[in-house]
Amino acid sequence: MGAVCHTLSRICTPGRAANFEIRMNSARIVGKSVPRKEGRDKVTGKSHYVDDMVLPNMLFGATVRSQIPRGRIKKISFAAGINWDEFVIVSAKDIPGKNCISLIGDDQPCLANEIVSHPEEPILLLAHPDRHCLAKAVQAVEIEYEPWLAIFTIEESEHRSETVWGNDNVFKTYVIEKGDVDSIWAKADFIVEAEYTTGAQEQLYIENNGMIAAFDADKGITVWGSLQCPYYIHKALMALCNLPAEKVRVVQMETGGAFGGKEEYPSIIAAHAALLAIKSGRPVKLVYDRMEDMAATTKRHPSRTRHRTAVSKDGKILGGEIEFTIDGGAYLTLSPVVLSRGAIHAGGPYYWPSIRILAKAVATNAPPHGAFRGFGAPQSLFAMERHMDRIAQVVGLSPTEVRRRNFLQPGETTTTEQIVREQIDLKKLLDRALHISEYQEKKLRFTKENQHGNIRKGMGIAAFLHGAGFTGSGERYLSSVVGVEGCADGNVCVLVSSTEFGQGTKTILSQIAAEALGLPYESVCLAQADTMEVPNSGPTVASRTAMVVGKLVQSAALGIRQTLISSNLLRESYSLDEFRRACKQYVKEHGEFRSWSRYEPPTGVFWDDEKYRGEAYAAYAWAVYVAEVTIDLTTYSVSVDDFVALQEVGKVLHPLLAEGQVVGGVAQAIGFALYEKVVWQNGRMQNSQMTNYIMPTASDLPPIRVFFEELGNVYGAYGAKGIGELPMDGPAPAIVNAIEDALGVSFDSIPLLPEDIMDRLNANGMALASQENGGGGR
Amino acid sequence: MSNSVGSRSKVNISLTVNGEPKTLSVYPMERLLDVLRLDLGLTGAKEGCGEGECGSCSVLMDGMLVNSCLVPVLQSAGSNIVTIEGLQAGETLHALQQAFLDCGGAQCGICTPGMILAASHLLSAIPEPTSEEIREGLAGNLCRCTGYSQIVEAVAEAARRRMTP
Repeated sequence: MGAVCHTLSRICTPGRAANFEIRMNSARIVGKSVPRKEGRDKVTGKSHYVDDMVLPNMLFGATVRSQIPRGRIKKISFAAGINWDEFVIVSAKDIPGKNCISLIGDDQPCLANEIVSHPEEPILLLAHPDRHCLAKAVQAVEIEYEPWLAIFTIEESEHRSETVWGNDNVFKTYVIEKGDVDSIWAKADFIVEAEYTTGAQEQLYIENNGMIAAFDADKGITVWGSLQCPYYIHKALMALCNLPAEKVRVVQMETGGAFGGKEEYPSIIAAHAALLAIKSGRPVKLVYDRMEDMAATTKRHPSRTRHRTAVSKDGKILGGEIEFTIDGGAYLTLSPVVLSRGAIHAGGPYYWPSIRILAKAVATNAPPHGAFRGFGAPQSLFAMERHMDRIAQVVGLSPTEVRRRNFLQPGETTTTEQIVREQIDLKKLLDRALHISEYQEKKLRFTKENQHGNIRKGMGIAAFLHGAGFTGSGERYLSSVVGVEGCADGNVCVLVSSTEFGQGTKTILSQIAAEALGLPYESVCLAQADTMEVPNSGPTVASRTAMVVGKLVQSAALGIRQTLISSNLLRESYSLDEFRRACKQYVKEHGEFRSWSRYEPPTGVFWDDEKYRGEAYAAYAWAVYVAEVTIDLTTYSVSVDDFVALQEVGKVLHPLLAEGQVVGGVAQAIGFALYEKVVWQNGRMQNSQMTNYIMPTASDLPPIRVFFEELGNVYGAYGAKGIGELPMDGPAPAIVNAIEDALGVSFDSIPLLPEDIMDRLNANGMALASQENGGGGR
Repeated sequence: MSNSVGSRSKVNISLTVNGEPKTLSVYPMERLLDVLRLDLGLTGAKEGCGEGECGSCSVLMDGMLVNSCLVPVLQSAGSNIVTIEGLQAGETLHALQQAFLDCGGAQCGICTPGMILAASHLLSAIPEPTSEEIREGLAGNLCRCTGYSQIVEAVAEAARRRMTP
């Protein structure tokens, strides 16, 4: 943060905000689908993304990467045929500060020095005025390695044939323990055991990663780029360049999708661009092409979840053990946090009298896996919701009934022994989802129709939850700050490092400030996320922006109002003109007019980082999703014919944006379940193109029907909770449950491609039977 | 030094871009996308994949929808190109642009210019498309944010508004 704290520096606690909540008129802005702030620029092509920006005298950068998964660099040579004098070349030796990408740990080098730990690991950087010269030059850098044995799967990492990280290949473990699990097995009528796996998934934002850096000896380093978390990059560049905070400036450009994929990796690209800019003394643009982006940057962690559940004969869960393991790739990055969220969500929205969750993130020699919408929860909830269908089968109940009998209810405790205080009625949510989707009627009809022909139809459900904001003490450590400025022209500007990348940050935070001040939406804007101008309101991740940052914006906005009133410039109720006059007057008299709000944890909230027990999240969003699928037994293709997404996300601040978040998340999760397969060979992605890594197109998807319940929430701005990640959690298990309903064969691994279904049906002798039945029936 | 744009010598070509005649000195095998973005400053066309899969670089060439990343610029000589910058008349948004705003068709915005041009191409061929026809017509343009529903609604809404002025 640069020079922002001036005449007015007041801190409002979130708790106080509610007392000030007075509105000028009844026409509320929150809850209305106002126009997206930056929408007009987006539909006219005027928005500026990083690759649209050109600086005078700018060079273009490229990255030379490891060709092997693991080993020692013996020699680097530069082949003949290239005029190397034209190139700026940066190696680890050129790093002014610490050679690491500072995040949770410092284990990941910015540029490999001697050892490489995964394919595509950055080793050297090149820059040249003509970008067309770079590809050939990258090819002409010859690196000799001493190759070492490498490991590529969770199992290989566990067996420790090679120790590739620390002493034991283990990045992090957590144990969540509630009640006495060990005594429960003897009392069980059934013990249901199974293993579930999920694959890596590419975020596949349509705008590739990119950064521009410029260096000035006086001003320091400035980077502009496609990113989610300006202050993560700020921290990384300070350590790397050995510069004080005020000499590092990070500016977000319009960002063309992120989904978590621009949470941590942009720090590496910013670091690389910065090193080239420092060495060359010229601005440097480093923009990845699609292949490089897919092969080198982070993906969703592959996972393996083992369930062992004690169940009574009436279908009640008595207790269980869940082993949740994720593949973190070669460096620590964000794996401990992904693991934490996955572990806490592993028990789903059910009451467990006793449970033990053993969570572990392990190292392999793949590029590090990272943040992706849902952040561990889609993996562990896939397992939980497939397992509920398995329990239903074993006990002899329907999938709906077994869930109904185990749903968490207000007053009960979660797996971390957090008391459910929200008045959520999951049975009612389930009933409504079943009704909207005509679940029972269709299930009956499909059972009959599936007797004939080559088409099989099925219905599947998933019930789940998603915690909003950082886990446990996370928000306390972040200690986010938000500012609201009354400007000299009488308008209001919100100062946050929260970034817009399609989800609607600019719009909803403006709505909240406008609502708090009783001003029209049009008179409020958001400052560009530029670390010289905005305070650290935390990263734009973890479904925290509407709930946590929104509440701080509300408080800071109320600070503006209170100040004008207590300065006798404004009455309790006022018109827009009166506000503007008062604001202008205040600025005239006092100079800069800014109100600050810092996060303060709600009182009475308990979290134990050691035992992983207590209030894991300030609030949860709850959902029941229903999928209807068709499997064609000639092609083994699966189509999702109807999808109902019903959720409780607190107050819906902007119905159109909220619906857009849910539909987009469901679409991405349909890809996770049915289309998107990363093909690995020795730790390298083999299909790093849109041609062979397949995401859903408009014609692959059904109309996704979105419905909300609104309970409200005491923590979030105007009752909002988180929404962005939730829709990623439920579709995959709902779809695979529907496939099992259609075929009578259970699948426990995603992505589930037509060839996987074909192999299983062939193995079961079902494919042939269906063809025999099929011919005459059509 | 040889490079990825083929021949070392530039050639002059003439074409019309958003209604304005242009004469440009270009490498024959340069991508139309790069010429639009770098030589003409029309950055509305985006590069998403560089291999004709994502459609973010879509422009209209003589009324046909093309991936400008796959068109060698020489091939566009004499043609009439329309980019997103050429769609609106003055300050008034094109019906599709307005409908994308109203219906939530643009989220991160990176696919939006290409998507709107694909939709305009669709509506010129089929003025009142069904939602299946819209989905089919836009299947060459990838969007990772919206799940397409609000885009399909936007195109249907634009078609309705054009039919009932």
